[in-house]
Amino acid sequence: MAFTAFASQTTVEQAPRKRSFVALVLLLPGIAYLLLFFLTPLISLVITSFQEPDLYGDIGDYVTAFRWENYVDAVGEYWPLILRAFGYALVATVLALVISYPIAYFIGVKARRFPLLQSLLLTLVIAPFFISFLLRTLAWKQIMSDEGPVVVFLKSIAVLPSDGHLTGTAFSVIFGLTYNFIPFMTLPLYATLERLDTRYLEAGADLYASPFTVFRTVTVPLSMPGIVSGTLLTFIPAAGDYINASRDFLGSSSTAMVGNAIEANFLVLQNYPAAAALSIVLMAVILVIVGVYVRRTGTEDLV
Amino acid sequence: MATSSTKSGASFAESGADLELTGISKRFPGFTAIDSLDLQIPAGSFFALLGPSGCGKTTTLRLVAGLEEPTAGRILIGGKDVTDTKPFQRPVNTVFQSYALFPHMTILENVAFGLRRRRIRDAVAKAHEALALVELDHVSSRRPAQLSGGQQQRVALARAIVNRPALLLLDEPLGALDLKLRRQMQLELKAIQTEVGLTFLHVTHDQEEAMTMADTVAVMNKGRIEQMGAPEELYELPRTAFVANFLGQSNLFTGEVVAATADAITVDVGGVPVVVPRARSQRHSGEVAIGVRPEKVTLLTEAPLPQAGRNVFGPGRVTDVSFSGVSTQYLVEVPGAGELVVFAQNMVFGPVVQVGAEVWLSWNADHGFGLDDDPGTVPRFVPDASTESIAIQRRIALEEELEQA
Ligand SMILES: Nc1ncnc2c1ncn2[C@@H]1O[C@H](COP(=O)(O)OP(=O)(O)O)[C@@H](O)[C@H]1O
Ligand SMILES: [Mg+2]
Repeated sequence: MAFTAFASQTTVEQAPRKRSFVALVLLLPGIAYLLLFFLTPLISLVITSFQEPDLYGDIGDYVTAFRWENYVDAVGEYWPLILRAFGYALVATVLALVISYPIAYFIGVKARRFPLLQSLLLTLVIAPFFISFLLRTLAWKQIMSDEGPVVVFLKSIAVLPSDGHLTGTAFSVIFGLTYNFIPFMTLPLYATLERLDTRYLEAGADLYASPFTVFRTVTVPLSMPGIVSGTLLTFIPAAGDYINASRDFLGSSSTAMVGNAIEANFLVLQNYPAAAALSIVLMAVILVIVGVYVRRTGTEDLV
Repeated sequence: MATSSTKSGASFAESGADLELTGISKRFPGFTAIDSLDLQIPAGSFFALLGPSGCGKTTTLRLVAGLEEPTAGRILIGGKDVTDTKPFQRPVNTVFQSYALFPHMTILENVAFGLRRRRIRDAVAKAHEALALVELDHVSSRRPAQLSGGQQQRVALARAIVNRPALLLLDEPLGALDLKLRRQMQLELKAIQTEVGLTFLHVTHDQEEAMTMADTVAVMNKGRIEQMGAPEELYELPRTAFVANFLGQSNLFTGEVVAATADAITVDVGGVPVVVPRARSQRHSGEVAIGVRPEKVTLLTEAPLPQAGRNVFGPGRVTDVSFSGVSTQYLVEVPGAGELVVFAQNMVFGPVVQVGAEVWLSWNADHGFGLDDDPGTVPRFVPDASTESIAIQRRIALEEELEQA
């Protein structure tokens, strides 16, 4: 039977885009801000990264040059720290996602009918921000210290050998990273899941999909915008973090990340070009990873 | 994974399954949506659930699909108690009132979704076939957001039908289509249903759709089924005032039963004896409510001779004449009986009588029916809330206002 006659050929039309003078004026402060506070330090950083030591000056005096070997030296010396930074950040991001998704799902979907509970739980997620994150990380160092209750208990049940530690290990650093960035993961996830239309989940169940299949084929794809922004908000700062892995907090020299190397070169060794080169390498690698990631997850047409 | 129930049966249902609801109630906090509902739908039948908006039709379908748990009662599909099973385990598919097409999938992926879950071979080819059936194969690579409402509705139809479920639930599946396309889809649906012998449970608030498509129609009101039966039976012999006025229009009267024989009862309506067959009335004594369909009533310009087997009202005065193509609707004010509606075929050019004319009304006593309602609760005529009577009231109010000005 042919009823192509009334099957109208619909084309989706976008609202025409007008060049607006007002929009340009409104954008100006933002553009000025970006120029001033992002581009200026970036250019300064690039210039620093190519400087060479002043032959006649003190230690820490540098002159402008084009010493690209700075990059080779920095990467050659610190590549294990760069790898470690991305490894830790990756593990912490995955852990934060696994922990945050159920929390966000519960607050955003299950607790929908109870707005009061929803607000309360959201407050609990944000509550850690009320205390400086340095203090919180120090508190964890106390809790996980050799005399602390956790280590004592783990030793008593022989999970930890009698000469074992928690602080200064990869475990404590990843723990600290995960813990500190969970809110950054939970909030974007919540924002997406809160708007999730559960009728799609019902349609999935009606079409023979088990709860797990519905989750895999409907819930996850529909919450992709939240997953992508959450993982980016966690991964990027975690990769450059230097607090958790610092020996003053949860790390030791064997857990140092690239952030710690940058900090040491800037503040202790006064090797500014090396620190700048490392920063730029870190930034470039993050940009590449994020670019590939966003492209792979196909979020362009979801957001 | 819990696909064991469907793994082996990776093929289409060979025939429809019957559905049985026993004592189903559904209470939401502070609101009873369904009240002790009993329903039997034989396998392979086209069953329509007809009722006004908010009467619990969608809730009934959600209970059958397993998306809602009944407060009380059991649900049996094909003789198997499925009350405690999850939606994905039930041999049922739904065309949702809100379509619920997956926004992140193409139209083709949407339609193939159910087939893929059941690992049915040639899912893509079958999905294309189903899309061709609703004349939408040319948009198979688009996303739902790129389709119009009517197109989305047809995709929702294809997505459910492609699975050939033993029981298909349709929640107002043609509501967004224009008249011509709706007719076409009605025929298409009916053809699929008879061809494969599936069981269709079709929910609608469109009485014409229910009457033309269904083998059996159940009229639902406030969470209860008022009456159930073949469309003609429901129309010819409504049992309650709600059915009498929801399915078409009716002239309703109340009065005392003054005589009763083995075949008929006689009701005194404002002094006029009206005869109703005993077999066609629900109550046979005391105060009763009776009625007759407007097209069964004949309009006469002269007083008819008394004749056995015919009820006569009159003389009355014509208060309104409205022409509607094949028929003309007359409103006649009869002292003692109130206002009656009469539909007359347009056998001659123009109306037979004009407003203000004196007329008599007569109908074959066999065409009357007696209702089961308490006479006190029966609306005289079309319910006051109907759009028609609201429009009439508005017009009267407006005319009064104009006269005063
Ligand atoms: N989840 C719910 N919570 C409370 N009331 C509901 C819920 N779902 C439906 N209802 C109520 O139940 C009644 C019947 O709804 P529904 O079955 O959708 O009617 P319809 O016949 O229009 O499809 C309505 O009055 C509606 O407000
Ligand atoms: Mg509904």
